[in-house]
Amino acid sequence: MNIGVQLLQYTLSGITIGSIYAMVAIGFNIIYNSTGIINLAQGDFVMLGGMAAVYFHNSLHIPLLLSGFFAITIVTCIGILFERVAISSLKNPSIITLIIITIAASILFKGGAMFIWGKDAYVLPSFSGDKPIMFFGATILPQTIWILGFLGLIVAALMAFFRFSIVGKAMKACSYNKRAASIVGINVNKMVMISFALSACIGGIAGVIVTPIALAHYDRGSLLGLKGFGTAVMGGLGNMGGAVAAGLIIGLLESYSAGLLSSGYKDAVALVILLMVLYFRPGGIFGKKEIESLKTY
Amino acid sequence: MLTIRSLRSYYESICALKAVSLHIQKGEIVTLIGANGSGKSTLLNSIAGLMPKTKGTIQFEDTEITNLSSSAIVKLGIALVPEGRQLFFPMNVMDNLILGTYPFYTFRNKKNLYNKIDRIFDLFPALVDRKKQLAGTLSGGEQQMLSIARALMSEPKLLLMDEPSVGLAPKIVESIFQTLILLQKQTGLTIFLVEQNAKLALNISQRGYVIETGQIILSGEKEELMNNKEVIRAYLGKE
Amino acid sequence: MLKMKNLFKTSFSKAGLTFIVSVILMAILRNPYYVGILIFLGINIIITIGLSLLMGYAGQISLGQAAFFGIGAYATGVLTTKLHMPIIFSFPLSLLLTVTVAFIIGIPTLRLKGHYLAMATLGLGEIVFIVFNELLTLTGGPSGFGNIPLIKIFGVELDSDYKYYIFVWAIVSLILFLSLNIINSRFGRALKAIHKAETESATLGINTFRLKLYIFVLSAGYASIAGFLYAHYITFLSPGTFSLGFSIVLVTMVAVGGMENIWGAIIGTTVLTVLPEYLRFFKDYDILIYGVILMTIMLLRPEGLYGIKIPLRKILSARN
Ligand SMILES: Nc1ncnc2c1ncn2[C@@H]1O[C@H](COP(=O)(O)OP(=O)(O)OP(=O)(O)O)[C@@H](O)[C@H]1O
Ligand SMILES: [Mg+2]
Repeated sequence: MNIGVQLLQYTLSGITIGSIYAMVAIGFNIIYNSTGIINLAQGDFVMLGGMAAVYFHNSLHIPLLLSGFFAITIVTCIGILFERVAISSLKNPSIITLIIITIAASILFKGGAMFIWGKDAYVLPSFSGDKPIMFFGATILPQTIWILGFLGLIVAALMAFFRFSIVGKAMKACSYNKRAASIVGINVNKMVMISFALSACIGGIAGVIVTPIALAHYDRGSLLGLKGFGTAVMGGLGNMGGAVAAGLIIGLLESYSAGLLSSGYKDAVALVILLMVLYFRPGGIFGKKEIESLKTY
Repeated sequence: MLTIRSLRSYYESICALKAVSLHIQKGEIVTLIGANGSGKSTLLNSIAGLMPKTKGTIQFEDTEITNLSSSAIVKLGIALVPEGRQLFFPMNVMDNLILGTYPFYTFRNKKNLYNKIDRIFDLFPALVDRKKQLAGTLSGGEQQMLSIARALMSEPKLLLMDEPSVGLAPKIVESIFQTLILLQKQTGLTIFLVEQNAKLALNISQRGYVIETGQIILSGEKEELMNNKEVIRAYLGKE
Repeated sequence: MLKMKNLFKTSFSKAGLTFIVSVILMAILRNPYYVGILIFLGINIIITIGLSLLMGYAGQISLGQAAFFGIGAYATGVLTTKLHMPIIFSFPLSLLLTVTVAFIIGIPTLRLKGHYLAMATLGLGEIVFIVFNELLTLTGGPSGFGNIPLIKIFGVELDSDYKYYIFVWAIVSLILFLSLNIINSRFGRALKAIHKAETESATLGINTFRLKLYIFVLSAGYASIAGFLYAHYITFLSPGTFSLGFSIVLVTMVAVGGMENIWGAIIGTTVLTVLPEYLRFFKDYDILIYGVILMTIMLLRPEGLYGIKIPLRKILSARN
């Protein structure tokens, strides 16, 4: 295989991983936007989506698409439950308390998944077969196209939601000024709940579509969450377009370094990028200056 | 229209309002004057449902609203122009206005919404050219107008205004007050006004209350208050 | 001056008492299995005391504490086995290495706040974990390496759990003594001030960043000492011990016991180290139990277990 084809192959797999990071990052952004909370259990929503889909399809023999749908619904409900039980009952929590509560949720989800499904890793069949598609000498799995399609769909739907729908606007309003939001009669509590539902839902979708190419395992959430957070920060917390761009950048860098340097350090690459961004550009590298300066953190 | 009986409000355990009673009739403009920290904002916030802990009763028309959520209160027809404007700075003027109608918004009355916005722009022509500008980049006066405009978007029966003239040029203040009088005459809007500029405020009102350390110490018709020695000394200054 | 003396006395007596109680406990238990658990408890407590200083007193969070624990353990392990260095040198060197790493990492990291700080420390911990896995020649990679020598003091080899137990708890008491003194010093009060209001103390003329950095380095140093004790007790190291999961367990221990107080950290660590041993039956589900305990406590009693009155005597007598 010549070097050009090889590079193309790395690029394709980088885009695939990057899309998943972008989806996790979008999940972070939605909750962050309406609450200022970084949900450290975000990666576990992805894990739960994958696990639940595997359970419905492999154990209960429910058709694949329906299994995926059920799994996403369940993860969404878990997100709502988490918000109702753990987040909405807090009165003036400190940031450390919030961090620890989302950690607790993450441990609970992980522990629950292990309790139910054990320590094994599971796989889901691809949505439309495993016959690779040739692309200038490189190969693409059909599932990759599904992943890209879903990412595009999610981003488009969310952009429309936040730009055109009144609920989307109200959610944004909560993130900018909670007090003002109550003054105009927005139920801030409800917006927070919706944001948890939405971001759990997106996590669930990511989990379902990625499981055919990456295994589902109870312990997958943490690292994925960490990288997704890195992506969100790099794209500018709260910035959807930034999340997609940053996801692709991190995915590509990771894939190139795995292919060209050493596969062992590939996870470290994303983390080093995360740290560099945090140290030098905590506002992200795609943040719109004007809007950023009007936000109060 | 609004009747408050022995209202108490607390920040944590600090009692900021101690047994406040007052009433406002439909179509009136009523002014509340008081020194800094006397509890004016606390009173307005309590009516608007923004205070976590209140005791006593607040009755609006036929409904007891004392412990209702702020969104329920907006729905009943009370809107607040808060101290310090409290706009959504990173959003544009249009979005700020649209969010003003949030509790009433349904997909079907979208057309109605744009009519409403047009009427608001008639009242505040300075905002028309700024439709797409971010609220945070507006001038102070424009921001204040937007804050009032946003409150009016919910078509309130009672408008609570917390120091709308702060930091504005006298000319702009005058034009805003003219607009308020116009609204009162045209639509029968009732206004409860808190002002540092007591003279100006009393001038456009029918009645007034004076609050001191969380208690109403004086009330009366406009002329009564304007001629009261204590009020002149403490709030109106000598001419 | 008199006050200082009193202070010294009280923290000295508290630490001394801790040591005496621990020795008595060993004498009562006289069971190698329990003694083994309590050695781990001591090691964990050394780390969580540092973490509690960082979280409760400085208001900062570290989700990468296992990394410092690991650096301390691996450094002394590699130095003594690969370079055959005597422990008397490997101990200060491993401590120095950890503290230096913490200092260098701390400079950019502690400028971050809240969630950003949490994530940065999490990321750092994970990077160190990856390095342990990948640096095959030194660390043996995922399968680890063994034959780490035992500690010898004054000619006595600490070759039994009982001897090691006394050694570990002596160090725990020392660390406790040191920490109690720090808390009651001007430095400690300044720390509390940071926690109260970061901005306020910055305007009060306390250099908050320097204080935070000191306490971060101190907590890393404690973790390194714990790592040293761990390495020479188990005599075998593999990366699994130093994963993100353990960092989170450490934070959990501090939070469950109560972040606001050093004794809270000790209580939390004790509960979460001993409890899983009691719940053998749940061994595979320890993660779930941790999650349930942590979530319940954060929701029902966010200030932690410290201060809850429990009939300690009853529990102890029920054990026998
Ligand atoms: N969030 C708060 N927490 C604690 N106390 C508060 C809070 N807000 C206001 N107070 C106290 O309540 C009292 C009344 O405050 P309020 O804001 O109602 O005064 P005000 O009359 O509006 O003053 P100003 O003219 O300065 O706006 C003051 O003593 C103030 O210190
Ligand atoms: Mg006020």
